[in-house]
Amino acid sequence: MTERSGSTYTPSPERIARETARRRAARRSTYSAAISTLVVSLILIVAVTSAPGWPRVQTSFFSWEYAVESLPLIVQGLWLNLRVLMVCSVIIMGLGLLLALARTSKSPVLFPLRALAAGYTDLFRGLPLLLVILLLGLGVPGLRLQGVPNDVVFLGALALILTYTAYVAEVLRAGIESVHPTQRMAARALGLSQIQTLRHVILPQAIRRVIPPLLNDLVSLQKDSGLISVLGAMDAIKAAQIVTAKSFNFTPYVVAGVLFVLLTIPLTRVTDAIAARLERERTIGGAQ
Amino acid sequence: MNEVLRLQRVRKSFGEELVLADIDLSVPEHSVTVLIGASGSGKSTLLRCINLLEQIDDGQVWLDGHDISAVGVDADVVRRRIGTVFQQFNLFPHLSVIDNITLAPRVVHGVDDHPARVAAMALLDRFGLAQKADGFPDRLSGGQQQRVAILRAISTNPRLLLLDEVTSALDPVLVAEVLSLVAELRADGMTMVIATHEMGFARRVADQVGFLHHGVLREIGAPERVLDSPETRELKDFLTSVREAGRL
Ligand SMILES: Nc1ncnc2c1ncn2[C@@H]1O[C@H](COP(=O)(O)OP(=O)(O)O)[C@@H](O)[C@H]1O
Ligand SMILES: [Mg+2]
Repeated sequence: MTERSGSTYTPSPERIARETARRRAARRSTYSAAISTLVVSLILIVAVTSAPGWPRVQTSFFSWEYAVESLPLIVQGLWLNLRVLMVCSVIIMGLGLLLALARTSKSPVLFPLRALAAGYTDLFRGLPLLLVILLLGLGVPGLRLQGVPNDVVFLGALALILTYTAYVAEVLRAGIESVHPTQRMAARALGLSQIQTLRHVILPQAIRRVIPPLLNDLVSLQKDSGLISVLGAMDAIKAAQIVTAKSFNFTPYVVAGVLFVLLTIPLTRVTDAIAARLERERTIGGAQ
Repeated sequence: MNEVLRLQRVRKSFGEELVLADIDLSVPEHSVTVLIGASGSGKSTLLRCINLLEQIDDGQVWLDGHDISAVGVDADVVRRRIGTVFQQFNLFPHLSVIDNITLAPRVVHGVDDHPARVAAMALLDRFGLAQKADGFPDRLSGGQQQRVAILRAISTNPRLLLLDEVTSALDPVLVAEVLSLVAELRADGMTMVIATHEMGFARRVADQVGFLHHGVLREIGAPERVLDSPETRELKDFLTSVREAGRL
């Protein structure tokens, strides 16, 4: 760099012309994007608000009073969703990792464990989450087992954990299998044990590669945490439901929806940013 | 003269295919053994049987007088005493150059971070790679990557270093820098077994050259003897084909 940025360099007229043209083109595409966004939004707003049913929809779904009235209860409910999300995601990550390791192990001794793990993932990736929640939430209390809590939040969270562990394990398994076998060979040749190889060589590479899909699963988990409301857990959706039942006004649902979206946006932005960064690193690395 | 490595009637098959047929080999301390032979003759398999990445079917492998092919030998412990470098470098892409080198000393040999780093820096410095210490492997040229891979393999002061065609994946201009590093290790007294297609290099560094043909060690002896007056038809043909390939 230093030898090239000497004081004697003056950009050629061609370079200046080229850069001016590029700047102009960039500005033009920004303007046209802004204008087309504006036009589309206007058309949508006009179409919706001029619809014959709009005044009724407006009062029952977009009422300012009901929004303000229901907000505290819904926010309180959302706090439950957040706590469920945080606790579940930690447990899911741990269990998913164990399951992925079981499925990718080559040891013949672990065959039963591998088969069990494969059956588990097939089962819980196939079952609709809502069904798992209902079966656990309604079935387990019916069993009257000693020492198993019948708390709806616990059972709902358990259903989320069981289902998402299967998803996350599959993502991690794909990551582990994407690391080339010669990496394992190089580590073992250095004297690293099986476990040390996993810990220092395989997993760091595997997890880096699957961070974007893992974060996607986290975003889905955040939304699906609302499903525990069907068991009666006092989360954001249940809170909205309660206010709606009293007032016959659906605005609280909209409020809950807006809050969920607001929560998800930062997470998806982080996901996109990380994915873009990893992609950039990969292409720079691959260019050599 | 201490014997670091001894192979006795080592035999290895993959399915029906006999890949190593009753190999006998003795590698004295501070000596360099070069293995030559056509692609598929069993050179890599032989090296992988020495560091226990493959299990042999029959025979024995002795390292410093211990039978490392015996039942119950901990392969991890054996590999701590053997360094291995592969054709494709196989550096760890998620670790910086220096972390690649310090990984085994830290994790396997329990060396503290700081002394491990100091030792690795000394190695990098000696071989002109100090400025690359904190860079990542994919920013290095092939020759630099392979040199780092060799430093990684010797970072644990192995008793024996195995090099498997370490220049075959490199552009011709990069071969020399890797070979000169190997020559320096030889001058240090490192005991090595090297599979290579570089005949000139074999002649310069080898104390003994072995010729593998379809898994049989057909000839073994001093480099001049083996390379200049081959006794078998197969070795004559092989040397001719190498010379012709060199001319192309
Ligand atoms: N893991 C393996 N499974 C089956 N066959 C193998 C394996 N590794 C090597 N071989 C076979 O063993 C023979 C010797 O291979 P190799 O040791 O790689 O030769 P070289 O390194 O001299 O080119 C070849 O025929 C090869 O196809
Ligand atoms: Mg080979």
